[in-house]
Amino acid sequence: MKQYSYFPGCSSSDGGAKAYGWSALAVSRALGVELVEIEDWNCCGSTPYSSVEELSSFCLSARNLALAEKKGLDIVTPCSSCYVILNRTNAYLKQYPHLRAQVDEALAAGGLEYHGTVKVRHLLDVLVNDVGYDAISAQVKRSLDGLKVAPYYGCQLVRPRFGFDHPENPQSMDRLISSLGGEPVDFPMKARCCGGSLIISEEALVLDLIGKILNSALSNGAVCIITPCPLCQTNLDAYQSRVNRKLHTSFRLPVLFFTQLMGVAFGLSEDELGLKTCIVATGEALAKYL
Amino acid sequence: MAYKTNSDSLVDEISAIPGGEGVRLCIQCGTCTASCPNADKMDHTPSELIAMARAGMKKEVLSSNAMWYCLSCYLCTVRCPRGIKQTDLMHALECLSVREGLSHGRTLTPAMYRSFNDFVYSLGSLPEVGFMTWYYMLTNPLRAIKMLPVALKLLRHGRLKIKARRLTAEGTRQLRAILDKAELMGGAS
Repeated sequence: MKQYSYFPGCSSSDGGAKAYGWSALAVSRALGVELVEIEDWNCCGSTPYSSVEELSSFCLSARNLALAEKKGLDIVTPCSSCYVILNRTNAYLKQYPHLRAQVDEALAAGGLEYHGTVKVRHLLDVLVNDVGYDAISAQVKRSLDGLKVAPYYGCQLVRPRFGFDHPENPQSMDRLISSLGGEPVDFPMKARCCGGSLIISEEALVLDLIGKILNSALSNGAVCIITPCPLCQTNLDAYQSRVNRKLHTSFRLPVLFFTQLMGVAFGLSEDELGLKTCIVATGEALAKYL
Repeated sequence: MAYKTNSDSLVDEISAIPGGEGVRLCIQCGTCTASCPNADKMDHTPSELIAMARAGMKKEVLSSNAMWYCLSCYLCTVRCPRGIKQTDLMHALECLSVREGLSHGRTLTPAMYRSFNDFVYSLGSLPEVGFMTWYYMLTNPLRAIKMLPVALKLLRHGRLKIKARRLTAEGTRQLRAILDKAELMGGAS
């Protein structure tokens, strides 16, 4: 059994994307991947901290990295934002000795130290590259035959270049969908930004961005979308009705976490995967497979 | 021969922040601006902002709304032919803008970021409900009412939790000690 330190992030632990956490743990278990949650981890600070207080934001990440290092396991996170933030700190601590010195001093105030030995991985990377597409195919109990799925990568999974996939035309979820028996839908907006947390402060402009993504997926034939990011899922799913109101559209596209779709193909139960937490109902699109 | 122009201090300050040093490398090709999903909302485009910083227009640069419209999608960063980490450079400008008290920016994003950070500092985690409520209270309580339908849908689907995840008492103390130390050293990292 492969073991990793698990960093769920706030959303996927008990926040709005808790179903992502449930389904991530369930499919990992099915694939022989053990995710050991880091004890007492703290929020990565996400974009807001790195935008306003840069040294504190590096320290927030460094505490998590130090906690994982004690256990000697690499970190896996299902959240694209946590993935970028933790990786950025990891890279910058190596690149900037003066930053490293300051972060070391701050960590020491909390009785911690970090030596830079932990790798930070996204769950998608671990599942498709460490476990592999063949092993995933082998777990499929209900092939997603005929299901047209738009793989929406969002931005931070593949950018900047910490990535395991192409920054503008990624393929890993396309191949994942195929290995579940489904049909990946190619669409131009697959790695464009959903607007992220600016949905809160600049809703109007972010609704436009979401609308473009939904339109791109739908007009290329998708009946549902999958995503590897809590924020992308929330924006595309929970704000879909507001997009419809603003842009006079009538989107009803279910948006699932990629782990939920894997779970459906693996024959896991609807409850286990938290499918009912999706705002746009998934029933119609997935009826054949449940 | 080294000589100082009036632009040096701002460029030096930006360069001192990790990721900001690229400000010296820009060739004004405009690739970042062409790639940015929000460039049309900005009072100055990303490439313009760099040119202004190098011209020493400190007040204009730091009071711009441009960096607050940055979505951190990193498209500019992966496309820049000079390898500038343009997204991190935008973050550096945001940090400096806050430090100089110029972050009014004609956008609510700085206030949203501050509400987020206050919660993370006090709790070590982010309770989404508390954070959103706090932010709307600080900025525009009326919008909270407009957001009720979205909130109710999330609640009905079991996605809103009022009580925040807490770190252990020891974890909270440790995190606080680290962040307080960071704040003491703060400023130029």
